[in-house]
Amino acid sequence: MGWLGLGMLAWLLGWRINARLAQRPRTRTSGLIAPVIFGLTVIVIWESVVRGLGISPVLLPAPTAIATTFAGSTSILWADFVQTALKGALSGYVMGCGAAFLTAIAIDRFPFLQRGLLPVGNFVAALPIIGMAPILVMWFGFDWQSKAAVVVVMVYFPMLVNTVQGLQETDALQRDLMRTYAAGYGQTLFKLRLPAAMPFIFNGLKIATTLALIGAIVAEFFGSPIKGMGFRISTSVGQLALDLVWAEIVVAAIVGSGFYGAVALIEKTVTFWHPSQRGRV
Amino acid sequence: MRNLLPILTIVAAILVMWYVAATALNAPWARDQAARAGVTLSVREVIADTWAQDKPRLPAPHQVAAEIWNTTGAMVLDGRGFSKRSLFYHSWITFSATALGFVLGTALGIALAIGIVYNRTMDMSVMPWVIASQTIPILAIAPMIIVVLNAVGISGLLPKAIISMYLSFFPVVVGMVKGLRSPGVMQLDQMRTWHASGRQTFWHLRLPSSLPYLFTSLKVAMAASLVGAIVGELPTGAVAGLGARLLAGSYYGQTIQIWSALIMAATLAALLVGLIGLLQRITLKRMGMA
Repeated sequence: MGWLGLGMLAWLLGWRINARLAQRPRTRTSGLIAPVIFGLTVIVIWESVVRGLGISPVLLPAPTAIATTFAGSTSILWADFVQTALKGALSGYVMGCGAAFLTAIAIDRFPFLQRGLLPVGNFVAALPIIGMAPILVMWFGFDWQSKAAVVVVMVYFPMLVNTVQGLQETDALQRDLMRTYAAGYGQTLFKLRLPAAMPFIFNGLKIATTLALIGAIVAEFFGSPIKGMGFRISTSVGQLALDLVWAEIVVAAIVGSGFYGAVALIEKTVTFWHPSQRGRV
Repeated sequence: MRNLLPILTIVAAILVMWYVAATALNAPWARDQAARAGVTLSVREVIADTWAQDKPRLPAPHQVAAEIWNTTGAMVLDGRGFSKRSLFYHSWITFSATALGFVLGTALGIALAIGIVYNRTMDMSVMPWVIASQTIPILAIAPMIIVVLNAVGISGLLPKAIISMYLSFFPVVVGMVKGLRSPGVMQLDQMRTWHASGRQTFWHLRLPSSLPYLFTSLKVAMAASLVGAIVGELPTGAVAGLGARLLAGSYYGQTIQIWSALIMAATLAALLVGLIGLLQRITLKRMGMA
């Protein structure tokens, strides 16, 4: 009972502090502290519920147990990270987004293709592309090449649709202005249309970050060498070593948030002029 | 309909590319077989062979179409439209998990959004975690969720639906928060001059003006929910459902079966998203917003 009481106490305390913070005018620090307090509260409650109710570690390990496993198996986690995140996800992300960007610029010159491609691209972006994973694993073998291929297929269409849409963002007035400057196609593209398309391009890039990690991990369920985050998750579940699975999830969460954060940071410096970036505190 | 011709052109281009790719990918196997049999094939024979192999690396579109017909329409004509070999049966399994997850996810998403809009404490402490929750690749831990819930005694539809729910609540929260906050200061002031209570403001102003945002999010949520259901079926030991068909196909190298399950999943996704699009058109038209 003591542990459950502690959990209740932590919840009340955390909520009180956040309610107090919310009453004050919003500042940069309170915007950062409030979610941190909320997260800490959830972790304390998790720990005390697991201890208080005596939940078996096979079902739900306590945060402390996960942290111990994390600290104890950093070498395994690092090898998995390199295999899945760097070799699989990152290389696929760069190739897929690059290919989609170049395709979008090529298509941009033909309005006819554009009108056909946008609906088809939107349709494909809604499809369960992840189902291609078994086929691509069959084509490219078990190593990271097949994972990169899955990532390429997954990120290609969202990125393509966003870039094509972004390139249409300029209005007639702006394009006419470029024409009065006697700017050629290339100059208009680099000085006006690409910068105007940047918010859309970054939207695509941000969506693609989460897709890339998911694609690389799920593709490993269909066959992989004996390392990789997806491989470790599926085999550890089989061995009921759930603390290792959760450690792997922590890695995935850190990688996912870090990847997303990095792209968002680049976006902030590139599109500093956009209203959505200017208004931030 | 001025987009029809461009769309058809793109689709035709994709089909042509598919046939070319099928020829290129399957040709080595055809040549290899011919060399073993001691015959040389002409180009025409190679192409004919690559489009009609049993376990091709990439099946030609007409092979996939024939497989789909054999496992759907032909079985219905036989009177076995819902037997375990039929794709309708597997689609139904996947659809029921998708639909349940979608409904749960939408309900959770709307509830969270209302909480976030009306409670500053929730806005500050929960909203960042809603966003962070999506950077965790939930699909990756789908096997664990299924196994753990099985151990607690929950099996069948619900574990898959929970994965679908996790994927589909996020777009709904983001869309609804945006939508519920879309009424301007003027409109809110107008409600105040009418002495509207908080509840009245919600039902007559905030909720109606959030509907366009809601429908857009629902489309994304439905697509995500289907992906969740399919991946949720992978670790259940390939019993039933489109995801199980994918896994079984990849174990036995039945590429035609994989592709037919994929096309079926794509059709299901298109139907479900199209249905929401239709609902959106009707509702918004009756509300005078479309």
